[in-house]
Amino acid sequence: MGIYLPIAELSVNLFVLLAMGAAVGFLSGMFGVGGGFLITPLLIFYNIPPAVAVATGANQVIASSFSGALAHYKRNAIDFKLGSVLLFGGIIGSTFGAWIFASLRRLGQLDLVVSILYVVFLGTVGGLMLIESLNTLRQRRLGATADLKQPGQHNWIHRLPLKLRFKVSKLYVSAIPVVALGAFIGLLSAVMGVGGGFIMVPAMIYLLRVPTNVVIGTSLFQIIFVTAYTTIIQATANQTVDIVLAVLLMVGGVIGAQYGASAGQRLRGEQLRALLALLVLSVALRLAFSLFSTPASLFILDTLDGKP
Amino acid sequence: MSARSIVSAAALVLALAAPGSMQTLAQANPEMIQIGLSTDKIAITAGFEGTDLTIFGALDNADPLVQRQGRYDVIVVLEGPSKDVVVRKKSRFLGIWINRASETFEEAPLSYSLASTRAMQDITDAKTFASLSLGTQGLNLKPKFGQKRATLEPFTQALREVKTSQGLYNERPGGVEFISKNLFRATLALPADVPIGHHRARAFLFRNGMFLKESRTELEIIKSGFEQQIFRAAHERSFFYGLFSVTLAMLIGWLGRVIFKRD
Repeated sequence: MGIYLPIAELSVNLFVLLAMGAAVGFLSGMFGVGGGFLITPLLIFYNIPPAVAVATGANQVIASSFSGALAHYKRNAIDFKLGSVLLFGGIIGSTFGAWIFASLRRLGQLDLVVSILYVVFLGTVGGLMLIESLNTLRQRRLGATADLKQPGQHNWIHRLPLKLRFKVSKLYVSAIPVVALGAFIGLLSAVMGVGGGFIMVPAMIYLLRVPTNVVIGTSLFQIIFVTAYTTIIQATANQTVDIVLAVLLMVGGVIGAQYGASAGQRLRGEQLRALLALLVLSVALRLAFSLFSTPASLFILDTLDGKP
Repeated sequence: MSARSIVSAAALVLALAAPGSMQTLAQANPEMIQIGLSTDKIAITAGFEGTDLTIFGALDNADPLVQRQGRYDVIVVLEGPSKDVVVRKKSRFLGIWINRASETFEEAPLSYSLASTRAMQDITDAKTFASLSLGTQGLNLKPKFGQKRATLEPFTQALREVKTSQGLYNERPGGVEFISKNLFRATLALPADVPIGHHRARAFLFRNGMFLKESRTELEIIKSGFEQQIFRAAHERSFFYGLFSVTLAMLIGWLGRVIFKRD
């Protein structure tokens, strides 16, 4: 069944979009990630203009993050103070990102930069995760206990000035790296249409040494607001948020997430991480392939306002 | 307009030179062509997957002899709204395909559907089509910044080819049929992604490969009801549209939790 997307200005298949949302929702429920990093490339593969895919991707992430954050809020697993400082940085980053986004589109290099960013980030994160989870799997087989976090160990980040105390996270750390991390994620959110959880979570664990029990909740909390801000900025500046597309993805995603969550409980943590790593790597490879392979047509058409 | 009068003048000279056509020259009433649409507005709905647009027309004061020989040709086009279009060419840089060179075309039609009585090359020659800016090949595409013809040509051709492959520029030879001596019916293809806005329908009459007359009418393609409201809201009240998108996303996220009660 065809459905017309009013902002993307093209007809697409309703069931393909619902299935796409459900598949990504399944994975995001299984792995506890927002899924924006999968939705946006999938939409681009499905011929949705990248500008619309990125803006709508950000909108879609709000739904899954909000849903997840509610669960963490019930368990008191959100550090609101830390989240707010991250958010402060996020707003700055997102504003700057929206400006970069508009400039790149004018220059005709948006698609390229979005693809390269995806390849670099997904490739790096996927590769690191795969190595880490495979090591853990091997150690487990050898009978050794995995020890990821070494408490009490400090790195250079903890020697920076402007220190703030975060009670829930039991952290006493400079505001500079927190704001910088938030700003970086905000920038990615605006340019790539992702929530940024796949970078935020490891960065909080390994760089800021936030306890794992509050990491996901806090990251989701800040992602809701950064993606909400990004959505409004994109809607106002570029008019590229397609609400029909977003709702279809969200509905599919919410349903898929339920099955994903229960499937995820049957798998062990490092197995899950290895699977997610493989998934992330395959999306990166697919995008890299399209960067390097000779395109079917050397010419593309573009109107200056980005609409087909 | 001046191009057309030149063509008409050339046609006159040709007619004078050919002794067989003295009879047509003497004809008191010249041929007339008219087209009409049953509606001046087409609304696109959510399920729009492209359609055929039928335009009826009449040919008046036709020369019966020429008509019997089938030497009258009609071409009907529907030209979509125009916009500046940038054609970008990819080339390899460090192994990656990057948009490098580009050309901007001024006011190129976003869509162009054509129907004709016969294959275009059987009606008249490319030069005539070019002077009339008629047909996907003859369509006049003007660069925004004055460029040399040689560097421009691949981009012009690419614009035609990409639009044709997207179905936005299409030609249907045999799409115009005479249903009686004077009445004809043109069936044009409207692609699924037909742009909304102001479209111009034009009919061109040819006799023995010579352009005679043109008739035109207007057509508005709009998004119907729900889609149009969304589109307008996104453009006219973009801030509230964004706010609404965010609220809706949160609502769906919350509903998902309430309905499925996970965790």
